[in-house]
Formats: sequence, structure tokens, C-alpha cells
Amino acid sequence: MDSIILLIGITLMYSTPLIFGALGGVISERSGVTNIGIEGMMVIGAVAGASASYFTNNPWIAFLVAGICGGLVALLHAIASVSFAADQTVSGVAINLLAPGLALFLCRYFFDGAAMSPIVEKMPKVFGDSWMAGTVYSNLNVNVTTIIALLLTIATWFVLYRTKWGLRVRAVGEHPAAADTLGIDVYKVRYVCVILSGVFAGFGGASMTIGIISQFTQTAISGHGFIAMAAVIFGKWTPFGAYGACLLFGGTQALTVLLGGGSFPIPSQILAMLPYAMTIIVLVLFVGRSVAPKADGVPYIKGSR
Amino acid sequence: MKALIKFLRKPIASSIVAILLGFLVAAVVLAVAGYDPLGSFGALFSGALGRPKYIANVIIKATPILLTGVGVAFAFQTGLFNIGAEGQYILGTILTSIVGVMVDLPPVLEIPLLICCGIFGGALLGAFIGFLKAKFGIHEVITSIMTNWIMLYLCNFVVMSDTFHKENSTSALPINTSGYTTILYNWKKSDAGIEFLNGIPWLKEVLLKTDLNIGFIVGILVAIFAGWLLSRTKLGYELRAVGYNRDAARFSGINVDRSIILCMVISGAFCGLAGSLNITGISPHAITQLAAQEGYGFNGLSVAFIAGCSTVGCIPSSLLFAGLIYGGMSVQQVMGAPSDIINIMIGTIVFFIALPGITNALADWIERRHKEPDPNEVPVAKDGTPLPKREA
Repeated sequence: MDSIILLIGITLMYSTPLIFGALGGVISERSGVTNIGIEGMMVIGAVAGASASYFTNNPWIAFLVAGICGGLVALLHAIASVSFAADQTVSGVAINLLAPGLALFLCRYFFDGAAMSPIVEKMPKVFGDSWMAGTVYSNLNVNVTTIIALLLTIATWFVLYRTKWGLRVRAVGEHPAAADTLGIDVYKVRYVCVILSGVFAGFGGASMTIGIISQFTQTAISGHGFIAMAAVIFGKWTPFGAYGACLLFGGTQALTVLLGGGSFPIPSQILAMLPYAMTIIVLVLFVGRSVAPKADGVPYIKGSR
Repeated sequence: MKALIKFLRKPIASSIVAILLGFLVAAVVLAVAGYDPLGSFGALFSGALGRPKYIANVIIKATPILLTGVGVAFAFQTGLFNIGAEGQYILGTILTSIVGVMVDLPPVLEIPLLICCGIFGGALLGAFIGFLKAKFGIHEVITSIMTNWIMLYLCNFVVMSDTFHKENSTSALPINTSGYTTILYNWKKSDAGIEFLNGIPWLKEVLLKTDLNIGFIVGILVAIFAGWLLSRTKLGYELRAVGYNRDAARFSGINVDRSIILCMVISGAFCGLAGSLNITGISPHAITQLAAQEGYGFNGLSVAFIAGCSTVGCIPSSLLFAGLIYGGMSVQQVMGAPSDIINIMIGTIVFFIALPGITNALADWIERRHKEPDPNEVPVAKDGTPLPKREA
């Protein structure tokens, strides 16, 4: 029983940054813009969150700042991929190169050449810091960012499937020309979606640096954005699908932590492969063919046939 | 002016303009952060080209990313996004390392054997990714990212295993010296070699202070081969046809599933070759424990994109990339400016390369500004009918 509670706690903790990143991916790709740059936007969010928390001592403001900075980076991606009809993969890769460089540059600039920030104020836990302290149940006292991730998932689902605006986003992602003839401003919708995806990814980065660990380090975000990207495809481009994919991934990672702690006969390196291998196995056995939004990755040029 | 416009319309112009813009953005960032941009660029250039040794190191650093770049560019031209170059590279290093430790043959046999092992490793992983895509429709990006991490941990597992672990270190046992592809490895350390090299100081510096190896030559040949394969053979035509329009390719009788798998096999083989050449060519000639992805695959993406996904174009672009990375280290030593500025610069370059229309737009703009008014020109309405000439 204890280990199950521990498992749930660690699962939620590990999956939170991924969920933010994956939601960003969902919203961007549903509007027809591939976003490989989630990783880079998360790194910017991570450094912005930690720095803002250091300078303001208010993690809530820092969380917002991280979102805004992620959104600013995403604006670059939007300008390239929407206005200039650039190759979205290339532009996303550029973001992934640019952002970690910029993040470290800023970190060294803010903190006297150090590649990591000092320990900063973290986001609070849901039930306060002292709830059930010392017992196994304290693992269920998750960081508030975990709850924000869940709420954001529900909100994204609601907007995408239950509002007029969401219908427009999906229309733009499937058939931008048809959407255009109905008077939907394809460029505007895509701009908003890409920037939102950056905001979400920025939150994701911050949920790592001011939610889980309480500082920015060079390896704080290492591959989370790519896992999130995989979760988008795994979850078939739906908010809840992506959420589930992130939970599965976080869950297997938690499992490896638990198994690795005991006297388990499998070498730790093999155990560490489990989350990644599990993802492939689940895809082969249960999920199968995933179909992207039809116009995903295709730049829209007004008036072209 | 006409020459400039003509130049701007060429495909290579967008790469050159992007590189210039990359330097410009880096200069602005440096200046804003309070560092001297010109001094920093000076340090960058002398750090990359200042001594024969530096140039040799740039070439050495360019080798693996040239090959992963060719792998990525090859796959990209056939419609696949091989973000798994990193994992294929790692599996190449692992197999090369294992066989290199276990088997000790004369160099003429050992070197080809090890190279084949690397190629096999990369191709195997590529085949796996291609197979899952062709048979189960699983997006190559997911499998690639997952296999990158699986390979990283597999590498750590082999390094730490009892058979291969080198005591008191974080690396595995080095391969047998018969497998080294370092140029003149035995001769340059012999008495005769050193005596000869004493007469030629630059050559001595290059050979004795670096691990200059045959890798880059192999890389150039592979890049040319890949370009030939894609543009001059039936197989290349089929692969590209699948990339352009899968349904049309299937309709014309091309086996699409086979093409996807084959393309990933070839792309993976290039990446595995990169790994193999790094193990055989560079000390410590062994795999080491990896804390994070080393970036050979991801840098390969940048190299491929700077080259506009032309496999031959990867040759200069890998040299540029390696020069920036290697020279960038001295920016920090000399100027105190964080060397991360190089990543910002490279990111900016790739970003502007993603904007294909930018040089054409520039050319149009210049043309419009400098166009002499043509007295014989007939004004034309939007639908193409000539308008009556306005009387002055």
C-alpha cells in the first residue's frame, strides 16, 4: 500500500512538466503548426522561472514570467512558420539550438558566470508544506503545478471541443483553405495557438525549476520537450490522450525509481530503459496508427491552391 | 547591382545571408551583455583557424556531424525526419567498441570489420524505426526519441559491465590498436617518425598533438555517394518519390513499406559509421559513460539544415559548425564571454535558413528600388489587359 502511494506521488511529480509541454504541442499541432521547439521553449521557461523567483521571491509571478518568456520564444517560431511559410521542422530545430544557448547565457549573466541558479523559492504544495509530514501520505501532497497541469488539460479540452474558437482551431489544422473561405483568419489562429504552446511549454519548464527542483541547472530540462512531443503523437493529438501518455511515461519512470531503490536483480541501466521501451511497446500493442491533423506541418499561403 | 540580385536568387545565398545574420545577432547579444563583439569574433576565428593543430581539431570535430548530417539530410529528402541519429550513432560506437575489444586481427581486416560493425549497428536501429513506421504506422519521431534514450542507457550498461569496464574510470576498455584509424598512428610515435616530423613543425603539431584520422575523407566520400544515390539511381528516385507523394508512389508500383525501411537503414548506416569512426579514430578509443545525449545526432540535424538538406552541402556546413563549436571555446577563455553565445549564433543561422523566401524578397526589394523606369513599358491592369497610355 505504501509503495502504491509512493508510486502515485512520484508519477504525478515526474509527469507534470511533460503534461505542460505536451499540451503546448497539442494546441500548436491542432492548428497545423508542428512544434519541434517545445524542448527549447521549456528550457527558456525553466531559466526564466528560476531567475524570476530569485529576483522577486514570488514563485507565482515567476511562473507567469516563465509562461510569458516561453510565449516570446514561440513568437519567433510563429513568425517563421506562419508569416514566412518556413519549414516548421527546421524552425523548431533552430529554436532548440537557440533556446538552450540563450538560457545558459542568461543564467551566466544573472548569476555571475555560474551555469546554475542559486536555490530559489518554490511553488507551494497543495495542502501546505507540513501536511502529513513524515508519513508516506505526504507523497500525495503534490506541488500545486501538478493541479494546474490537470486544470489546464481540462481547459484545453473544453476550448478545443466545446467552444467556437476550438472548432476554428481544429478547422484550421485540418483544412486551412476551407477555414479561410469561411472568414476565419488562419494566420491569427495559428499565431495564437503557437504562442499559447510556448506559454504552456514555459509553464512546463518552470514546473521543473520552481516546482520539483528549486533551481535552474543545465540538465534541468534534458529531453523533456522531446518526450512531450512523443506524448502528443502517442495521445493522438488530444489533450486527454497526451495527459494519459505523460502519466504512463511518468508512471514507468516512477516504477524504475522504486525498483532501483531495492535489491532488484536487474542492473539500473537496463531498468532506466523501461519508460522508453514501454512507450514503444504500448504503441505497437495498443495504440497503433496515429493520424496527425491533416494540415499539420504544412504552411498556409493565402490564395494558393 | 545586377550581380548582387543574381546572387541573391541563388539557393546558396540564403545560407550565406543566414550565416551573416547569425553573426549579427550574436554581436548584438554580446554587445548588450557588455562584451566586445569584434574581440570575441577575433577569438573565435583564431581559436578555430589560428594554428595547424586547431584546424586539424576542427576537421576531427566535423567528421561525426558530417556523417550524421548526411544521414539526416538523406532521410529528410525522402520525407522522413530522422531525429534518432543520436541513438544510431551510439549503437555504432557500442558495437565497434565491443568487437574492437574482443577481436584482434591485422589492421587490414580489423579496420573494415569495425567500420562494418558500426554501420551495422546504425542500420539495425534505423531498420527497427523504419519497420515500426511501415508496419504499425508508428511515427518515426516517437521511436527515434525513445531509442535515443534506450541506446544511451545501453551504452552505460556496456561501459559498466564486468567484461568491458576499465577499472577506476568511467569508460570501457579501449579497442585493440589494430583497429585505430588515426593517421600514421604507429609511425608518428616511432623514433624515425619523430625525427622526420622535427623537420616539418606544422605537420608535427598536427600529427602528434591531435588524433587526425581518416574519418573526414570517408565522410566526404559518403556524402558524395549519398548524393549520387539519391539523384542518379533508380533506388534514389523511388525513395524520393515516396517522400514527395506516398500514394502516387504506391500507385506507380513502388513498394512504399520497403522504401521507408530501406531509407531508415541507409540513414542509420551513415550515423552508425559516424560512431564507428569516432571510436577507431579518436582517443580514448572507447565508449564512455553518458550523462546526457552528446548531441552528435542533434548537431547533425543543424548541419543538414544549414546545408539545405543537400548531402554534399553537409561537407562545408559541418566544417562551419565544427569551427564555430571548437573556436567558440576560446571565446570564453579569451574574452570571458559565455561560450553559449555560439549556440545562440548557430540557432539563429538555422532559424534564418528556415525562412526560404528571405533572400528572394531581398532581391525583389533591391530590384524594385533600382529599377530604371522603362519608357516603352505598357501599363498593365491586374487581369493582364493593357491599359491606355496616360497622356502627360
